[in-house]
Amino acid sequence: MSTLLDIKNLNVQFDTDEGRIVAVENISLSVKAGEVLGVVGESGSGKSVTAKSIMQLNPGNTHYNEDAEIIIDGENTLKFTSKEDLKKIRGGKVSMIFQEPMASFAPAIKIGAQMVEQLLLHKPIDKKEAKSISVDMLKRVGIADAEKRFNQYAFELSGGMRQRAMIAMALSTMPKLLLADEPTTALDVTIQAQVINLIKDIIKEYQMGVMFITHDLGVIAQTADNVAVMYLGVIVEKGPVREIIKNPKHPYTRGLLKALPDINNLDAPLQPIPGSIPSPLERPTGCVFRTRCPHPTQEGKEGRINMGLIEVSPGHWVDRCGVNCG
Amino acid sequence: MNDNLVSVKNVSVEFDYQENFLSKKQKIQAVKNVSLDIKKKSFLGLVGESGSGKTTLGKAILGANKISSGQVIFHDEHTDYDLANINKKELKEFRKKAQLIFQDPYAALSPRMTVRDIIAEPLEVMKITKSREETDERVRDIASKCRLNLEHLRRYPHAFSGGQRQRISIARSLVSYPKFIVADESVAALDVSIQADILNLLKSLQKDLDLTYLFISHDLSVVAHTCDEVAVMYLGHIVEQAPSRELFTNPRHPYTKALLSSIPSIDPDDQKKAIELTGEIPSAMNPPSGCVFRTRCPHASPDGKEAGIKMGLVEVSPGHWVDQCGVNCG
Repeated sequence: MSTLLDIKNLNVQFDTDEGRIVAVENISLSVKAGEVLGVVGESGSGKSVTAKSIMQLNPGNTHYNEDAEIIIDGENTLKFTSKEDLKKIRGGKVSMIFQEPMASFAPAIKIGAQMVEQLLLHKPIDKKEAKSISVDMLKRVGIADAEKRFNQYAFELSGGMRQRAMIAMALSTMPKLLLADEPTTALDVTIQAQVINLIKDIIKEYQMGVMFITHDLGVIAQTADNVAVMYLGVIVEKGPVREIIKNPKHPYTRGLLKALPDINNLDAPLQPIPGSIPSPLERPTGCVFRTRCPHPTQEGKEGRINMGLIEVSPGHWVDRCGVNCG
Repeated sequence: MNDNLVSVKNVSVEFDYQENFLSKKQKIQAVKNVSLDIKKKSFLGLVGESGSGKTTLGKAILGANKISSGQVIFHDEHTDYDLANINKKELKEFRKKAQLIFQDPYAALSPRMTVRDIIAEPLEVMKITKSREETDERVRDIASKCRLNLEHLRRYPHAFSGGQRQRISIARSLVSYPKFIVADESVAALDVSIQADILNLLKSLQKDLDLTYLFISHDLSVVAHTCDEVAVMYLGHIVEQAPSRELFTNPRHPYTKALLSSIPSIDPDDQKKAIELTGEIPSAMNPPSGCVFRTRCPHASPDGKEAGIKMGLVEVSPGHWVDQCGVNCG
């Protein structure tokens, strides 16, 4: 399979009133066609910032490092500046679905008009064709009465239906890469199950690559092929989903799994990860997890270990500080 | 001696609804004929999808929603409070005994008040303490019980993370030493690691302060881990109620079964397909006749005979209640 997305050594920093803060540090990851890469981590771990970097959607106070590369189809999209180029990654080759579909649709424009507008931007087709593609796509994602919904506003649809419409819109331009940022978090479990199955079917059908961002490890276990676990802007562990969930090495990954209530094991006590995520202004030196690590090594505790992933088994990468202390 | 703290009998809650000023006034039944006993010192979970009436029922029990018909009785040591016909004076007393913990700790705390003032406010409003010294002592006591750092009491909420804020919010709810707490989605906005911490805190506070909880949540795995009894709501009705263990190992109602199967398993090899419910929860303005679940029920008979069935819970095993339509079809 061909590699769709290749991120190399990405650093993202923001200028704020309190100084420059690090949001993402030295991230490398890749997504192949037909592959789902799950990205997990707590709020503030840099998951969304990473995804937004791919489409250059981060705000004006963002700084990328000079040698960072985000390669899609052989081109480094971080170097894109012209409108024409940006169009290619914003909705052309890459599409994004967001957490809150109500906030993503314009409230005063009909859903159909929004779908047609973005199709016309990206495809050399006329309005009539755009409409038929849109209605087909709405049907494809399981919306009954697609033609009626096409002429409705976002507020007239229920939460689950809005999220389906959002997915239909993101997929109608046939992107190669789909960025899904917590697409099921705001939904009820029954609707979540519907949306997850829908995304899985569509990936298979179109051989798309997907970056699936979520904080729910259950959702990851059921959808992803590979997982990257992020903490304070750093990937602390990555590998095939089975390896990460059944054989986690990093203390943060283990902590996340232990904190999760498991419906199949009601007797297991819930173990929170001690402490709280440090403010980005007080980012620890050395291993970023050392302030919360349950059993750090002496070197790690003092911040003397530089972070970096090492391969512990084929395809399974763990931060070197976490290998020793876990 | 009654060992129930709260008895809910045949309670319905209705709201008036008018689409625009020309159209006819309608009634929406958010909660319909619900009966529920909450035992002293129990941790009762209330689950269901959005729009199922969980919050409305919780508010009705707290006297914050008007009860249209039926009875809610709060059994205190010496007095019983009848929430459907409560006067202002009694309501003031009742508020000291029953409190609410909110969902979003970012919205629940005033940014202009110090943590000490936030926690002390209920004491001042309810005129529980006589002097500032007494207030301070109560605040410090409850803050340390909620594992807050006492040096932080002079700070403002913006200085705290989500988990710490939720602890402040809990301390505020508990400062009047209530007996009964409605926790409405109190961990839904938190990260998993913090969520586990807050759940453990609620559990330990229950032992320390002899609390009874009504824990409203849409997250079944959280409920399975914390509650000793669970009631499942759908479109204003309780469709199944049982001790936690029993409900999660032996669900009877098709809606409960579908909910349980929809929880994504943490085991990647466990590829059991969710029992997919088609469509979404119908509007409460126009609920299905008969069994309210029949429009999404995988077992509904093609001739639609469920439309004529009356809803009502039957006891299938000791303490395990299931709606009678659900017993037969599931």
